[in-house]
Amino acid sequence: MSTVSGRIDFYPTHNHEGYRMRAGDIFPFGATVAASGVNFSVFSSHATDCTLVLFKKGERDPLVEIPFPPEFRIGNTYAMTVFDLDVENLEYGYRMDGPWDPAAGHRFDPTKIVLDPYARVIGGRDVWGAGPEGDNPYQHRGRLAFDDFDWERDRPLEIPAEDLIIYEMHVRSFTRHPSSGVRNPGTFAAIREKIPYLKSLGVNCVELMPVYEFDEFEGHRPNPETGEMLFNYWGYSTVGFFAPKAGYAATGRLGMQVDEFKTLLKELHRAGIEVFLDVVFNHTAEGNENGPTISFRGLDNKTYYMLTPEGYYFNFSGTGNTLNCNNPVVRSMVLDCLRYWAAEYHIDGFRFDLAAILGRAPSGAPLNNPPLLETLAFDPVLAKCKLIAEAWDAGGLYQVGSFPAYGRWGEWNGKYRDTVRRFITSEAGVNREMAQRIMGSPDLYRDRGATASVNFVTAHDGFTLRDLVSYNEKHNYANGENNQDGANDNYSWNCGAEGPSDDPAIIELRGRLMRNALAILFTSQGIPMLLMGDEVARTQRGNNNTYCQDNELSWLDWRLLEENADQLRFTRLLTAFRHRHPVLRNRWHHSQRDYVGSGYPDLSWHGLRAWQPDWSPWSRMLAFMLCGRHARGGTVLDDYIYVAMNMHWEGQGFEVPRLPEPLSWFEFANTGIPGPQGICEPGEERRFENFPNLSLAPRSVAILVGKTPADREEQPWLSK
Amino acid sequence: MNITHHALEEATVVTLSGELDGKTAAAAQQQISPLIPSGGRILLDLSQVQYMSSAGLRMMLLLYRQALAQDSKIALVGLSGDIRDTMDATGFLDFFVVGESLDSGLKLLEPSP
Repeated sequence: MSTVSGRIDFYPTHNHEGYRMRAGDIFPFGATVAASGVNFSVFSSHATDCTLVLFKKGERDPLVEIPFPPEFRIGNTYAMTVFDLDVENLEYGYRMDGPWDPAAGHRFDPTKIVLDPYARVIGGRDVWGAGPEGDNPYQHRGRLAFDDFDWERDRPLEIPAEDLIIYEMHVRSFTRHPSSGVRNPGTFAAIREKIPYLKSLGVNCVELMPVYEFDEFEGHRPNPETGEMLFNYWGYSTVGFFAPKAGYAATGRLGMQVDEFKTLLKELHRAGIEVFLDVVFNHTAEGNENGPTISFRGLDNKTYYMLTPEGYYFNFSGTGNTLNCNNPVVRSMVLDCLRYWAAEYHIDGFRFDLAAILGRAPSGAPLNNPPLLETLAFDPVLAKCKLIAEAWDAGGLYQVGSFPAYGRWGEWNGKYRDTVRRFITSEAGVNREMAQRIMGSPDLYRDRGATASVNFVTAHDGFTLRDLVSYNEKHNYANGENNQDGANDNYSWNCGAEGPSDDPAIIELRGRLMRNALAILFTSQGIPMLLMGDEVARTQRGNNNTYCQDNELSWLDWRLLEENADQLRFTRLLTAFRHRHPVLRNRWHHSQRDYVGSGYPDLSWHGLRAWQPDWSPWSRMLAFMLCGRHARGGTVLDDYIYVAMNMHWEGQGFEVPRLPEPLSWFEFANTGIPGPQGICEPGEERRFENFPNLSLAPRSVAILVGKTPADREEQPWLSK
Repeated sequence: MNITHHALEEATVVTLSGELDGKTAAAAQQQISPLIPSGGRILLDLSQVQYMSSAGLRMMLLLYRQALAQDSKIALVGLSGDIRDTMDATGFLDFFVVGESLDSGLKLLEPSP
């Protein structure tokens, strides 16, 4: 069959100041390089007129302004194809005309040029920290993306959720420190150089703090004490939801951030590592009525924002405005956005910042059946993406355990974090709750399974693991907010001295407490998440909110890999242990019954006496055993695992439960033994000689493995 | 953009000079594409290319794909530090055999013993 070359609509119908155009395609929204030209499509529910503004890259004044003729408009959308544009050197924006009537929710201002919310590349902050030009009235500019990319055979990895180990990291912080030894510190390309490190750490998922284009200069100011510049460093303040942050790309100055980021994703996938994005759909970078007009405010304020009856901005996010996520138009944009990242970038999952807001009605009231959350849960493109909610917001809505999940959503389990912290700092009477957390929080996620729970002890918000055991109080003065910012309920303990200490006993105790936290984290059911640097005891010097610190407070110091080599090794061996033992990774909650006829419940609780857990309000000792014949709901055979936790400040003797013949107990880890002797390679455990008496040092955790002495050869199913 | 070519042993050497960007990439592709042999070897000498844009990178990858389809081997030689860094960060370098000079590029394309 032969075809005619070209299409019958590949010709211009209109001319404006020498620029030739025709009516465009409404779909997809945004600016798209098409065969005949560049297609621009934008919508606004309340605008009365729209003008396309084109720039030569970097020029202050426009090349041309092309009003959309009435015949290029369908419904509330405006679409136009412009011919013969230099796609590599083009920037664009829109002038929207419409009412200025804040009380009615409208803030149209045709003197301003606004950014396309669907812009896939955004110029203006091409190099991190290269400041805004003084008199440029249009700072964040839409650009065109080359969307062709050679993915070879790549696609999202679809690792079962129960098998994940997440590593939460900030793109820039990971390699910005001079000690990282990479060619382009602080960039996507640099992460690629460090993939071998991530592999060796045993994580199989990295969760990137915001990578959508943001403005590091938003709210920037000098540190009152040192004069050092404070930035919008974390970037929880989106300028454009469809564009990767140019300043995170070594090639951002060349506009190649899309290719660079996709290459990183492809290479991470090749290494077996999934990528989650931390996405911020609760607010934008435009702030409240005193903030800048960048995009949404000038395009369709009433649609995009939750407004009070007087036309002011609701502030459920704590940052000035709240995106109106359950408005049908905004909901579509969020869906378009996530589909775009899943389809075009092969993203494996999303973590939704302050996700409780996504369940609020335009009035702010929490919805029983939030359409946005339901839409995302059932979307075919997102069907295999992991969806994880930070299930609270700054407006007081706390939904850990009750977030509308539709069988799809997981949660950052804030209660896991708090419980482990209270437990390892020897608070009495935490046993009962600790047990729930270790089991994947069946009290919170009864019908959703253990994988609904993302377990973490530390995250970017709050203390690092080292600071958690080094500070009683936050020390945020460097943020210039008089130590008023950041959380106050840290459940932290300084082990006897606030901050750095030379006392060997304090140093040793802090190391033990960190190992206790890691040991509990990686033997709990659910999805463990490790904060970048906790594996090498990174400190933020007591700052529990480094959102503005582009310096050594935030950066990972790679010299710590040597300095704290024991903790790094301890972490690596724990992740290896978790990967080796499916019994630690059940998707569903344990029944605490025996349903396979092994003679042992799938999970059982113990105390100083076997089979006798102490649930009294003064107890600080707890132990559990996992039956290897119940691994993955009884479908897989594994070893038995016994974990004893002594959070008392005195040593304790635990009676270890007897195993079925011919299994015996072997010692994998004991946090009471500092240095390399405290843990071994999984599979090379030493036999536990003193059965049944396990003596645990003060505040320490032991992990035993129950298996046959001859081991692997006789159990080929374990050899993987 | 200026493009010349000559034979070196049994390989084709294509020398590009100038800037490879959205304005020049299409014409460069049209000129180079017919020079790609079938079942042979081709070296692209980029020592006189000062700048390569996204469009230039894409053209290079298309040439690579074409060479592959025609059972030919392709190598890049004479990359400037900047271009090499850019190609590396954006992943385009991964596809190519890269030599410092024409001679070393030629050696790299020899069938492995």
